[in-house]
Amino acid sequence: MGKEKIKICEEFYDIMPPEYRELVDSSTYGKEGRGWKDVGVAKELIEEHSLCAGCPESIAFRYVLACLPNPEDTVMVGSTGCTSLVFPHVAVHNIHSLFGNQNAVASGLKRALAHRFPGKVKDVVVLAGDGATVDIGLDMTLQSWFRQEKFLTICFDNELYANTGGQESGLMQKGFVSKMAPAGKKFDKVRLPEIAEESGCHYVATLTVSKPNRVEKAIRQGVLIAREVGPTYIQLYTPCILEIGKQAMEGLQEMRDSEGPNERFAFKEYISEEAKAYLASLEKEKKPAAIPTQG
Amino acid sequence: MGKYRVLPGPEAFLPPSAACAGIVLPDPGQGHINGEIVHEDVAMEEAAKQFLMAKVPTVFPGPLVLWNWNEKAAKKATAIKALYDELKSHNPGALLIPMPDYRPKYPKINPEVEINPNHPNLTIWHNKIDVCMFVGVHCHQANLSLKIIRGGTNCYTIAMCAQAGHEDAMLSFRDATPEKIWKFVEAVRKAKASGVYANPNGVTVSKA
Ligand SMILES: Cc1ncc(C[n+]2csc(CCOP(=O)(O)OP(=O)(O)O)c2C)c(N)n1
Ligand code: SF4
Ligand SMILES: [Mg+2]
Repeated sequence: MGKEKIKICEEFYDIMPPEYRELVDSSTYGKEGRGWKDVGVAKELIEEHSLCAGCPESIAFRYVLACLPNPEDTVMVGSTGCTSLVFPHVAVHNIHSLFGNQNAVASGLKRALAHRFPGKVKDVVVLAGDGATVDIGLDMTLQSWFRQEKFLTICFDNELYANTGGQESGLMQKGFVSKMAPAGKKFDKVRLPEIAEESGCHYVATLTVSKPNRVEKAIRQGVLIAREVGPTYIQLYTPCILEIGKQAMEGLQEMRDSEGPNERFAFKEYISEEAKAYLASLEKEKKPAAIPTQG
Repeated sequence: MGKYRVLPGPEAFLPPSAACAGIVLPDPGQGHINGEIVHEDVAMEEAAKQFLMAKVPTVFPGPLVLWNWNEKAAKKATAIKALYDELKSHNPGALLIPMPDYRPKYPKINPEVEINPNHPNLTIWHNKIDVCMFVGVHCHQANLSLKIIRGGTNCYTIAMCAQAGHEDAMLSFRDATPEKIWKFVEAVRKAKASGVYANPNGVTVSKA
């Protein structure tokens, strides 16, 4: 797998725009142990983005793409929102679904891929905003977990509807006032990670994207457990600096401030017993085989 | 209202698809010229003539032939490059510009090095392309581009389609195989050899 899938016909190599030649020559398709450390060193699978300058969604996107274990055989499903502005620039197959439908589309896709490519590893990863995941698409999100659909759901939680100007979302904090929710939110932030656990997810993680190592581990575990065991869910805090009134350089600090031990994005992870056993088996495989005795 | 003809534009900002105007696709062995069904050989002769008379004849290979998916794609690539070489030896102004994929690009594409189906007119205008051929572009993207080109430019469009052909091109082939593209290369060679078509740029081309 990997690079042999993206070869340019010899006759056309020299006329291809440089970014495509770089994808072929120095991207990390097929690389064992690809991860965030490839960012800035190898050709990334994201070409450009049209998010606001300094938007944490952009670095979150880059980490996610750098950490997918199997990008050449992964299909991502997105939904409307700020993330949907990025997907057209991504060199991983992706589908834009109607707002909120992403987990329903991914369910069908995952099953269809299993039929179409039996015996082949095909990963499906949903990546959508909090409005799509928790409000308008909550039914689809939960039903896919109840049905034990084998794919990873990633929510870019910026605690409001950023793309439409800052409406209240289920993941918004209680009392928060935004441009389009001037009275302040009256209810608590929906506890989707806990709901995910109760709904049958085998891996659930809540974190910010301030620590790339942590993001890498979560994404890898999320994809691998979904592939073998069952649904997984990762909620990443990607603050909308535009709507919370921060400057382009302040996104990282905002994430750090929100991940302290008692803060709402303190790192949390849940792994089911089945998933733990699976991860342990992977670790065991990784250990070098015993050195054969000479004889 | 007279019968609709698929002719070089600029037709209108958002022209209707040629199919809506009553243009139908050719059957196997046929092609169409301006919406009129003709024998494939006739279409080959006409396409060769259009290319040889053009000031900036251009081939736009799409993802299905730029990327080495399989043996067939590689064979088509060889034939397409041979076609371009024939055009280039007749007219040094000939161009080969790829459509590597269909992603919209921000802030904009470089029209000198690529064509994008979402705004193909930019590449046509910038390079003053007067005759072009699409080959290896997925049908829905080709239809979109051909319509935009007809809407906003005066470029003559040819489609070397691997499926059922394109009504929105001024001339279309169907069922393009590597062999069919080679057959077209031969048609261009024959038309060149006839000596009827002088290099429109008036540049002396030495015989290779
Ligand atoms: C079916 C449907 N309903 C509503 C909308 C309008 N809409 C576009 S983006 C958006 C909110 C996106 O919020 P979120 O999912 O949190 O993503 P963000 O922009 O915050 O990253 C809404 C309601 C739509 N495009 N489609
Ligand atoms: S509106 Fe907010 S979430 Fe959307 S790109 Fe701008 S900063 Fe990022
Ligand atoms: Mg949001």
